[in-house]
Amino acid sequence: MTHFIQVLIDAVAIGSLYALVALAIGLVFGVMRLINFAQGDYITIGAYSLVVPSAAATPALMFGALPWPAMILCVILTVVVLALVTERLAFRPLRNSDLTSLLISSFAVSYFLQSLILMVHGGRPKTVSIGDALSRAVEIFGVRLPGVQLLTMVVALTLLIVLVLFLKKTPIGIQLRAAAEDFQMARLLGVPANRVIAIAFAISGILGGTISLLVIIQTGTLDIRMGLMPTIFAFFATVIGGMGSLPGAVVGGYIMGILSVLLQAYLPAELRPFRDAGVFSIVILILLVRPQGIFAKTAKERV
Amino acid sequence: MLILKRMFPVIALVVPLIIVVFVIDQFGTGNMQRVSTEALVRLVFAVGLYMFVGNSGILSFGHMTFCAVAAYASAWQTCCSMMKPTIMSGLPAFVRDNTFPLIPSALTSVGLAGAVALVSGLVLMRLSFFSASISTLALLVIMNVVFANWTTVTMGNSTIVGLPVYVTIWGALAATVVVIVLAYLFQNSRWGLMLRATREEEVAAQASGVSLYWSRFIAFTLSGFVAGLAGVLFAHFMGTVSLSNFFLNHTFIIVAMLVIGGMHSLAGVVVGVALISAVTEVLRQAEAGYSIGGLSFAVPPGTQELVLAVTMLLILIFRKDGIMGGKEFRWPWPARSDRLAIEERKVASVQRSS
Repeated sequence: MTHFIQVLIDAVAIGSLYALVALAIGLVFGVMRLINFAQGDYITIGAYSLVVPSAAATPALMFGALPWPAMILCVILTVVVLALVTERLAFRPLRNSDLTSLLISSFAVSYFLQSLILMVHGGRPKTVSIGDALSRAVEIFGVRLPGVQLLTMVVALTLLIVLVLFLKKTPIGIQLRAAAEDFQMARLLGVPANRVIAIAFAISGILGGTISLLVIIQTGTLDIRMGLMPTIFAFFATVIGGMGSLPGAVVGGYIMGILSVLLQAYLPAELRPFRDAGVFSIVILILLVRPQGIFAKTAKERV
Repeated sequence: MLILKRMFPVIALVVPLIIVVFVIDQFGTGNMQRVSTEALVRLVFAVGLYMFVGNSGILSFGHMTFCAVAAYASAWQTCCSMMKPTIMSGLPAFVRDNTFPLIPSALTSVGLAGAVALVSGLVLMRLSFFSASISTLALLVIMNVVFANWTTVTMGNSTIVGLPVYVTIWGALAATVVVIVLAYLFQNSRWGLMLRATREEEVAAQASGVSLYWSRFIAFTLSGFVAGLAGVLFAHFMGTVSLSNFFLNHTFIIVAMLVIGGMHSLAGVVVGVALISAVTEVLRQAEAGYSIGGLSFAVPPGTQELVLAVTMLLILIFRKDGIMGGKEFRWPWPARSDRLAIEERKVASVQRSS
């Protein structure tokens, strides 16, 4: 029983992380029909902003050396600025292109950012330790909870609640949701397109920065591809949740988390390394049964 | 004459390729030949990818999967007979203990890749436009995870070395020509035209009785075979097989070539691959350092990638259909009736854009 609860907590912790990434991707997709590959690189660059650019394996700290409120602020600010810059330079000129061009453009932006990190920081993985105190485990009712997991859950849930309040209660949030539902219609009703899209990107930046900190506290390694797998998981979270549905993205994130933790826990040991292959096969099966995703808007687009 | 006219778009691509290869073979340095051979192998892959992506409009991230399957299959059959029982102990006994002749093993490898494409196409092509595109990414991840961890068969992330190297520049050229002709015949066939119709207008095509599923499925399977061929060529050009060559980075480079040349025409693919291969080679040497007139200078490593990504973005923004604008090379002396048709088309497009 305790084992099961442990597994459940793992699932919620990792699911929250995926849900956050999925939300960032879902928001941007909603307003722009853009699947943003570069989200992974937002995460990576956020993490790399902790250290001074160098080729060393254990580099000197940059933002990581600041007291933690300043550190969090600086990292998030970096990623927000990055997200806004990519939006302005690469995605805005393409706003009216077809889906495939948009997808390809984000692929290009992602490749650009990745090469940029490679150029500035070198390709070798690096170690960086922040928040060591958090790696201690807390025991509640016989269930061991690593501090990091607790933190991830708390941060993710807080952010989710704040975002929901923002989207439901503030005028800008309502405009954002309207735009995500039907961008053309929202524009006709006076929602400023540029601002709404910029805000969606800014939020995806805030989420990206937060995620990069959470991942770094958990793993302590900087790697050029560190943002890639969470982002791919989040892609499928948004797809099985139903493209363009924000609750769908969150639910999808949790489904992905739960799937991967369950497979990790209950697959026979020799099959465990193949976990992700299992997760993605199941995802494709889910898509076969519900091609539109779980929270899909009804039927096809009309002509 | 008629056949010359009809096949002109292919001839206009193949003849310059042959001339370039001839010149390089006669006068080029060893490095130049190597680079061109690699570019030709890339072209085979790019044409394979184009057969699906260009005709259907669905971007696929998954074609490296078929490339990898074929490359590994060929390695299992032809590589290092002495070492195989120890380093790839998980292979079935008859593969493990035997070494197969090159041509049959190339054919079976391409066949295996095609079979994988067929099976995954049965599933993936049922999905809608966008889900299908994203799900090909899942295919790539599944392949990567399986191959990285199935160490008794694939050696995981380590490189398999010692494959017979038999792909020369002429061999690569022959494969390229065959594949270009195949792609051209396909895109003008009944199924190719149906697929292109779904690309332009899904609903109207369906209303005219075109099956989205079957037209996409056929193209996906065919392009899987061609990607497999590229995999075999690549393995026997390099002499090594390494999993890291079959992931997103290489997919990106090929997609960039397609986009820059123009991914809606065969001419675009050939032009894109040729141009970008040349440019990246120049940049690669610039990274290593040039010396001109006693001054040596070098651009920082990574410039190649940045230039490629920026070029691709600029093309997407300013010339969405690529350098070739989605057109094939046309027979330059159209008959009178064709000329009239072309004029009419021009008028129509002016009217549409105004």
